[in-house]
Amino acid sequence: MPKMLMTGNAAVGEAAIRAGCQSYYGYPITPQNELTEYMAANLGRRPGCAFVQAESEIAAINMVYGASVAGVRTMTSSSSPGISLKQEGISYLAACQLPAVIVNMSRGGPGLGSISAAQSDYFQSTRGGGHGDYRTIVLGPGSVQELADLTHHAFELTDKYLIPVIILGDGMLGQMMEPVEFSHEAPEVPPVRQDALRGAKGRPSRFVRTFTSNPPDLEEVNWSLFRRYQLLQKNEVMWENYMTEDARLIVTAFGIAARIAKGAIKQARANGLKIGMFRPITLWPFPGEQLKALSKKTKFFLDFEMNMGQMIEDVKLSLEGAGDVSFHGRPGGVIPTPSEVLRVITRIYYQKGLS
Amino acid sequence: MKKVFTRPVSLKNAVFHYCPGCGHSIIHRITCEVIDELGIQDRTIGVPPPGCSVFAYYYFDVDMVESAHGRGAAVATGIKRAYPESIVFTYQGDGDLAAIGTTETLHAANRGENITAIFINNAVYGMTGGQMAPTTMLGMKTTTSPFGRDGKLEGHPIKMSEILAQVEGSCYVERVAVNSPANIRKAKKAIKKAFQNQIDGRGYSLVEILSPCPTNWKMSSVRAWEWVDEVMSREFPLGVIKDTTGKRSAD
Amino acid sequence: MLIKTVFAGFGGQGVLSMGLNLAQAAMIEGKYVTYLPAYGAEVRGGTANCTVSVSDEEIASPVASSPSYIIAMNHPSMLRFQNQLQSGGIFFLNSTLIKDPVNRGDIDLVNVPVNAVAEELGNIKSANMVMLGAFIKKSNLVRFDSLIDGLSVTLKGKQKLIDINRKALAAGYELA
Ligand SMILES: Cc1ncc(C[n+]2csc(CCOP(=O)(O)OP(=O)(O)O)c2C)c(N)n1
Ligand code: SF4
Ligand SMILES: [Mg+2]
Repeated sequence: MPKMLMTGNAAVGEAAIRAGCQSYYGYPITPQNELTEYMAANLGRRPGCAFVQAESEIAAINMVYGASVAGVRTMTSSSSPGISLKQEGISYLAACQLPAVIVNMSRGGPGLGSISAAQSDYFQSTRGGGHGDYRTIVLGPGSVQELADLTHHAFELTDKYLIPVIILGDGMLGQMMEPVEFSHEAPEVPPVRQDALRGAKGRPSRFVRTFTSNPPDLEEVNWSLFRRYQLLQKNEVMWENYMTEDARLIVTAFGIAARIAKGAIKQARANGLKIGMFRPITLWPFPGEQLKALSKKTKFFLDFEMNMGQMIEDVKLSLEGAGDVSFHGRPGGVIPTPSEVLRVITRIYYQKGLS
Repeated sequence: MKKVFTRPVSLKNAVFHYCPGCGHSIIHRITCEVIDELGIQDRTIGVPPPGCSVFAYYYFDVDMVESAHGRGAAVATGIKRAYPESIVFTYQGDGDLAAIGTTETLHAANRGENITAIFINNAVYGMTGGQMAPTTMLGMKTTTSPFGRDGKLEGHPIKMSEILAQVEGSCYVERVAVNSPANIRKAKKAIKKAFQNQIDGRGYSLVEILSPCPTNWKMSSVRAWEWVDEVMSREFPLGVIKDTTGKRSAD
Repeated sequence: MLIKTVFAGFGGQGVLSMGLNLAQAAMIEGKYVTYLPAYGAEVRGGTANCTVSVSDEEIASPVASSPSYIIAMNHPSMLRFQNQLQSGGIFFLNSTLIKDPVNRGDIDLVNVPVNAVAEELGNIKSANMVMLGAFIKKSNLVRFDSLIDGLSVTLKGKQKLIDINRKALAAGYELA
């Protein structure tokens, strides 16, 4: 298949359709509108498929909940303020162990914030986000191609583990166009989950619920979730090591920030500085062991995020004291340039006596 | 020489960011004229929404607090109950009031909250780039109804004014338009009455205003004005929908 | 080599489609490319701009803080972007609409009367393609043929439009 020039938003939509997503529910919000619009144009009129522009994000996530109960692959998308509204629904999805894909083309916060790209929702995404003791799988793409690939992967993961998946993009990834290639064709017959509620025809009736008057029952649910979280940690972490072999300073960054950092690292290397990068792709489960392994080579890390320091907590937890972690961050939707990051890298490199 | 035209005191001296031909600018102006005429500038608190009017506080020279999308009626309830001497108005789009904020709006009206709602119906989500609104005409193409709004799939243009007129707590509901000098004058009278009701402690008043959005309707400003008459006001008839004040209606 | 280009003008001048066609052509040539439009409140009130980055290796940031080339299709865009251009960069100006001088001595100016040329061609809407033609002649960023190939993708099936645009691209290319 030839490459196509697409926005990140459209690429998610196309990848979702090719992954057999049969229903999409959304509500307009910048900078992810093109995804909702793509689904209106390309999913809504496909036989057996549904598109609804809901009256709110709360409604949209509950439509997703309904579609998931009925056994079809389903997705919703929004940006930061809308994702906050979805948290109640995500907690219910987690409790009922229902698969769903939730896309956040995040923007600067708090509040209505700015519509520019930011990474201020890392905590919300990786710590569950709503009430209750649960996690979601969180994927952090860094290019339009990776957005497409991870969208497909998200549907596979959520069906396999029955845990909602959050794709944590940002306004820039959603808005920008890059060449993209799709490696899957849409299935002729989209998959329907075995345990779907589709009427008690030829079988006893079933119910899906979260509430119980017997705490030990709920504890059992939590344990069952927890066991799957451990499996995820063991089997599904994704990360990228970039020029870490001989690096004396390793930059940790994800998503669009990692991409900007990579540009800075290339320049730093050209200047003779031994810099590398560790980029988590699954933000939850966080590739902690893989990061820790790097501390055998160097003790010096620089965490760079487009917020005031959220992933740095996971970086420090993973290193378990085995590293000296500096930080550089720009919050609010300000997009740092590679040369700004290069200046920070260079300063820290010399301050720490790494030359 | 007698001055016949001047900027209302409660309208800041700033250039509107709205598109040429947009109804928001007209509505801002006449609302400010009303605030001046009623002498309430120093106790008015406005609640603008996310939407094209998100920067309304750059123009209204009164206290204003941004609400989250759709929550204006609840925020206004909080202000008015905490400080009943204030005059509180919400300024809400159709996406804001008729979609995401339906619940808050309906219940504020039903509680008879003593507030004033200015409801801008431009049949689209202007701010986010022209998506379908609950008030979009049947057959109308928007970026999320690319095949034209189909009642079976996307529902019908919702008549919030008629719905809100049904609940006990609303005292006055009128639908106006800002697409001709005559209509603009009527709109101003309605807004004035809606504020006066609050001053008199009568409960929830709402003025729905059919407002042109040439940009997302993809029309010239002149054509947009005509379209309000030819199409929009057929679906959304102008006039008083409810008036329990016992007084003469606004016009 | 990483080359960043900003296209700016008012809505309706086809500024975004200039960027899109350049990006499409770069992709056809197998280059790395990103296209980033300005969006949201930034475009209320009628301005439009986009940034295209072309490179033979992975592109770090799609944002241009100091682009190599800037195309200004109207006067406000010239004012807004003139100080961002890299020293030694090229400023392409729609000289039909921009009469004031540019306040910099360290850059090259290319004046193209694109509206006039487009009008002569019988289609004022193709002024953007006249500019794009002139731009790639001067910048050598992509081949002319790749632009033409790109048109058939961006304007899929609209043969009449493709012909109009091709004529305008050629006219701009000849002019520069
Ligand atoms: C929770 C949440 N969801 C979505 C948005 C994005 N958003 C901003 S304004 C708006 C609606 C604009 O439409 P309308 O209320 O009709 O106002 P208009 O711009 O047409 O005046 C939306 C959906 C938001 N700010 N918050
Ligand atoms: S998009 Fe429509 S509602 Fe928004 S400012 Fe422009 S004309 Fe007004
Ligand atoms: Mg509206």
